[in-house]
Amino acid sequence: MGVTMDGALGFEVSVADRVRAIIAEQAMLEPHDVTPGAALSDLGLDSLMLVETLFALEEAFDISVPFNANDPAAGRFDLSTVRAVIAGVEGLIAAR
Amino acid sequence: MRRVVITGAGTVNPLGQDVASSFRALRDGVSAIAALQIADLDRLSVKIGAQVADWQPENHFDRAQLGLLDRHVQFALAAARQAGAQARLTADPGRTAVIMGTAGGGLITSDEAFRAVYAEGRNRVHPFTVPRLMASAAASHISMDLGLTGPAFSVSSACASSNHAIGLAFQMVRSGMVEAAFAGGSEAMLSFGGLKAWEGLRVMAPDACRPFSLGRNGMVQGEGAAVFVLEPREAALARGAGILAEIVGFAMTSDASDIVLPNSDGAARAMAGALADAGLEPGAVDHINAHGTGTAANDRSEAQAIARVFGDRDVPLTSTKSLHGHLIGAAGAVELLAVLLALQEGIIAPTAGYLGPDPDCPVDLVTGAARQADVAVALSNAFAFGGLNAVLALARA
Repeated sequence: MGVTMDGALGFEVSVADRVRAIIAEQAMLEPHDVTPGAALSDLGLDSLMLVETLFALEEAFDISVPFNANDPAAGRFDLSTVRAVIAGVEGLIAAR
Repeated sequence: MRRVVITGAGTVNPLGQDVASSFRALRDGVSAIAALQIADLDRLSVKIGAQVADWQPENHFDRAQLGLLDRHVQFALAAARQAGAQARLTADPGRTAVIMGTAGGGLITSDEAFRAVYAEGRNRVHPFTVPRLMASAAASHISMDLGLTGPAFSVSSACASSNHAIGLAFQMVRSGMVEAAFAGGSEAMLSFGGLKAWEGLRVMAPDACRPFSLGRNGMVQGEGAAVFVLEPREAALARGAGILAEIVGFAMTSDASDIVLPNSDGAARAMAGALADAGLEPGAVDHINAHGTGTAANDRSEAQAIARVFGDRDVPLTSTKSLHGHLIGAAGAVELLAVLLALQEGIIAPTAGYLGPDPDCPVDLVTGAARQADVAVALSNAFAFGGLNAVLALARA
């Protein structure tokens, strides 16, 4: 089971669902199309959309995602798949 | 059409507060990139930059003037005065233009005003906030300070602003529309809000600016200004003025592709266009002052564009952004100083921060120490966000 947080309406929304919803909004897709195994590039996220997605994640979870567009590997934040992003966000929340 | 020469140059930039000290730093490869000294640095992830250290505006302007001058205009005005003092123009002030480039205008003024009303809850800002933050303020103040009553305006094309400004001035002098021009650029956006905006793009380097190098990791911002006096070669010769260099060509293109990512086609067309405007073959070019921001994307794209224009021929290339930082709207103007150094003294300033060759950037980069070279013709590149490209071609006087 993933980490859960209080949603705005009082019921619990999992981090995974919120991450998927954020990615879906940036990629202009429905959340159910953002499957855990999907690669971000396959969802049509270009470099600008990716930077906006990271900003939205940082704002939503009050975290700081280490990512330099010049050297994506340097921050050790795995952006390969939706699953990897969810795990990364959960890790940053736990370390908060 | 008239031939156009540069007869005056002035600058305030992180390497020096005049041309002579800037030349020394460029020649010695001294980098001005250091720990930033600004408010609330602990809340920034970008902690380095190239600031104009020990800038004492009160040594240049009286109290009444200072209330009207944003930091980028202080730099511009000081640079213009130096350029004017060197050129000692005799042209009709009514037919002398002032064309200045800036990307952000008075961003530090905006930052201070916003901080006052939003963060500090104050109910008023400095009464001259508007005239200070205008993007055209530098052009206005230079025209007033030097009594120049011809065309005066500012040009804004992000990181290509200065080259567009100098290129337009070149065209106006060449065509005879004006008798002379003051042209260049100025920028000062090393403020908390300005740096926050740059942080958001995630393109800033945490440690150093390493153009065209393996392991480069982004840009480092600088601030400052440079201004040049342009006039017809005949007029300069007739009055016995010292000629610093000749501007022989200029071209501008747009990528029409992406708001941040560069496109090598637009850059190549701008370089080829500047050469065509100058009536020169690529083989005539001895040196290129690159845009070379140190981002992964720019340097790869610029190297591709250079290969397209120059083929297999190695053209000595440098990016002095590794020394003075990226001056954004003032970049082309301050980098033109390095081009003047190459044309006048045959010294190509080195690119600092080099870690090793990047297979994506097969260029003849001048690294380590300055290179002595016979430079008769040089290009100066500026390729801005939003795909706005402007390239100047210069020749030794």
